[in-house]
Amino acid sequence: MALPPPDPQFVLRGTSAAVHTLCFSCGSQEPDVPILFSGSENGFIHVWNLKTHRVDTALDGHGRKSVYCVETMGGKDGLLSQGRDQRICLWDLAEGRTAVMDSVFTENVGFCRCSLLKVAQGRWLMAMAAKALEEVQVLELPSKTSVCTLKPEVGAKLGMPMCLKLWQLNCGSQPLLLAGYEDGSVVLWNLSMGKALSQLVCHQEPVMSLDFDSEKAKGISGSSEKVLSIWSLNEQQNLQVYKTHKLVNAGISDITIRPDKKILATAGWDHRIRIFGWKKLRPLAVLDYHTATVHCVSFSDHKNPSERLLAAGSKDHRISIWSIYTQT
Amino acid sequence: VCFIPGGLDCSITFVSHVLGKVCVHGRQKEILSVLVPRLTDLTKSDCIWQRICWRLVECVPDRWMEAVVLGFVQRAPGADVLSRLLGNLVVKNKKAQFVVTQKVLLLQYCHPTAVLQNLLGYLSLDSLRRALLIKVLQELLETWGSSSAVKHSPPEQQQYISKAILICLSHLKEPEIESCRQELLTSMMEGVKCHLDSNLPQIRRLGMIVAESISSKINTDGPVLKFQYEEDDEARELKSLLVQTPPFCVVPSLPDDERNEKADAALPLVLEGNKKSHTAAPVMPDEESDAELDSDDDLIPYDMSEDKELKTKAPVYIRDCIEVLTGSEDMDKWEATVKALESLVRKNPAATREISVELAKILLHLEEKTCIEGFVELRQRAQVAVLTTDPIPVAKYLTSQFYSLNYSLRQRMDILDVLVLAAQELSYPKSHGKTKHSGAQKPCIQLLSGSDSSKDWRRIVDERIKSKTRRFAMGQSQVELASGPNEFSSVAGHFFFPLIQHFDRPLTTFDLLGEDHFVLGRLVHTLAVLMYLAVNTVAVTAMGKALLEFVWALRFHTDSYVRQGLLSCISSVLLSVPTERLLKDMTEELLETQSWLGDVLEKDPDGDCRRLALQNLLLVENLKKKLKTVPS
Repeated sequence: MALPPPDPQFVLRGTSAAVHTLCFSCGSQEPDVPILFSGSENGFIHVWNLKTHRVDTALDGHGRKSVYCVETMGGKDGLLSQGRDQRICLWDLAEGRTAVMDSVFTENVGFCRCSLLKVAQGRWLMAMAAKALEEVQVLELPSKTSVCTLKPEVGAKLGMPMCLKLWQLNCGSQPLLLAGYEDGSVVLWNLSMGKALSQLVCHQEPVMSLDFDSEKAKGISGSSEKVLSIWSLNEQQNLQVYKTHKLVNAGISDITIRPDKKILATAGWDHRIRIFGWKKLRPLAVLDYHTATVHCVSFSDHKNPSERLLAAGSKDHRISIWSIYTQT
Repeated sequence: VCFIPGGLDCSITFVSHVLGKVCVHGRQKEILSVLVPRLTDLTKSDCIWQRICWRLVECVPDRWMEAVVLGFVQRAPGADVLSRLLGNLVVKNKKAQFVVTQKVLLLQYCHPTAVLQNLLGYLSLDSLRRALLIKVLQELLETWGSSSAVKHSPPEQQQYISKAILICLSHLKEPEIESCRQELLTSMMEGVKCHLDSNLPQIRRLGMIVAESISSKINTDGPVLKFQYEEDDEARELKSLLVQTPPFCVVPSLPDDERNEKADAALPLVLEGNKKSHTAAPVMPDEESDAELDSDDDLIPYDMSEDKELKTKAPVYIRDCIEVLTGSEDMDKWEATVKALESLVRKNPAATREISVELAKILLHLEEKTCIEGFVELRQRAQVAVLTTDPIPVAKYLTSQFYSLNYSLRQRMDILDVLVLAAQELSYPKSHGKTKHSGAQKPCIQLLSGSDSSKDWRRIVDERIKSKTRRFAMGQSQVELASGPNEFSSVAGHFFFPLIQHFDRPLTTFDLLGEDHFVLGRLVHTLAVLMYLAVNTVAVTAMGKALLEFVWALRFHTDSYVRQGLLSCISSVLLSVPTERLLKDMTEELLETQSWLGDVLEKDPDGDCRRLALQNLLLVENLKKKLKTVPS
């Protein structure tokens, strides 16, 4: 007799706009407070205190244009945010400051979230959709130098890049980029050569979101159709479809795999968050709280496994926080 | 009866005479039950006995020939036996020919199918007689195809003729079909037309089955006529007549058992096979999952049974519904609206009353845009809801549209159905202030298909007769039911009179008294129901009088469905109008009706009509008696 799905542990209200992106910063020790960053459609980035469940600060850096990506850089003192004002802002939040240190003008009017990868202390690689339609540009931060520009070959007709994921197998190895495109294919790029290593058509519709497990060399992508596609990377760096999973309702906005690689969460257009086991993609739970499309899901980076949380932001202006499968 | 064969020239005329006399006096069964089996055995292999048998029947005098031949045809166990017994009697004897080819087939219809099989099989077994078979088929088809026969002969006779036609067809060989192909085609076309024109579904179906059979025989290659009709035992029986089984299968029971055993043996094998594959299948997944279960899979899934497909929300306000139904391109929303409309209308009576006529208009013209299950029922229930919420204006609109131009027959009949269902709901007492929608079905009036209503009418009238003819003093055995004012009372007239008004005025696309007699039949039945539901209302007497005049005007209508409806109308009048008013205000009409009922009882070809007429006469008698027994 299966238990009914759990209720949210708590719900954060107060953004007064659709929530498009979330990022936790809970890894630091006491007396630092666990923090959740959220970006909303009204251009604000809210810094939520997870002890008091209230907004500590609201950052306004994108001219009231929708913020659709936030990522922490170096703990909770550095933040990267990307907005529809074609800008990527780098924030300095240490010691209570709320200043935009630097910004990158992307000249891109799309919705593709940038991807951040820490390559060394104080140095990151950032992949973002560039000005030209099908191109992805990789920059080194904070120097903002261009590492490479990834152009698909002429006639490839991939469309816009929809989602990006920079990864490297371990600290010293080469960084690679997985990009999901408008035509439903996922491409693996080699950054040093600027060349595509492998391309796989995973969906009939645009790839809305993807995530990758570098240890198992397996990834998952979701689209606007009813299918989740799981693909793997073999030794020759070739992408192959591993399996597909059919959903009850069409449309996935976001997918994220928990850092311990045990479960993953999907944010659906049908207002529901679905939890799957990562090993075999076994459906584990359907969390039905929101009353509108769920735009983003994010797992927390708590050091203590039992405190781990899952956050989901939705068009109904709420952020739901869940504590699920924390025993393993 | 034992004869010495061989060499002796005996005269059996005497025996023929005896046989004939006995048969004519009605003792066919006794004598033939002994004679026929004996003769069957004797004539099986012995030619001489065959000749003796033939002489026997040939010598029967003409005046007794019919009885004898009929007896043989009925008693013989098979066509081949009949052939052995009678020989070419039909060719040699005029009277026998008349009996076999005309009387049994066209003038009588009481014989079971086996007799028909015997007779027609007999005709087909000899080349001399086959010419008669073809002649018989032509005459049967002529009768089958004649529109007056279809209209006036009882359904049982029509079924009998159809069976005969099918059996004839089964006996015909290719060259014969070739020679009369054109004739078959012509008669089939004519016959199909008159059958499909009929209002009784049984006749229509008979026509369809026979036409399909003829078509399959004459067009062995190429497209065959195919109709859509309800398959039930009758249809299957008729179709089985088309195929002739060889005579040997009938008698021995042992081969049958063998066959049955084989079939039984085959079944368990198949079942076992299925079971094996079933057990094989689960084994595999179990093994697979066993191999994969390890420490990581201790994550217990939660209950996901609530995870269903997301449904679009229907609009919450009636005016929004109107917008969606008339303009919207969003099919999901349109579907959701259609499904939610009835409950919305019932929950918001005040809002509905503001836009009731507009909503009724939209619903009347609403066509199925996407494939929803039960669309017709949903639309009808929404229409009924609108009509019961705001009866007078909507009834006015609907009844006026019934007689307007450019509506399809289906729409006109929809109007009638909706009026009846709404009347039913309005006249049924509401329990605890809430209408029971399913409860409204209880007065045993099912109006989903017109063909059923005649049977239900009998049931209802029977029940009412039962309740009225026995008067026992019964104590209060039930709790008093909740009572409320009869909502139908104030609106009954609005439902009824506009429908009755213009029935004789033909329009360009709609002529009740002409071609559209099916709709007329439905209209008459609807009026009967409305009359029945108007019991205890104020307008009932006026309605009764108008209805009796209507019935009088239409009483000689040729369609039996219409006549059945008219008789139901009379039943409703007799049951609903209070007896005193009946006998005081409508004495003349009542007397005229009574005389017409007597006429129908004696002369009407349709069995149902006669039965209804009888019930009505009984009702009248009871009413008169009741009035006489009331102490003045």
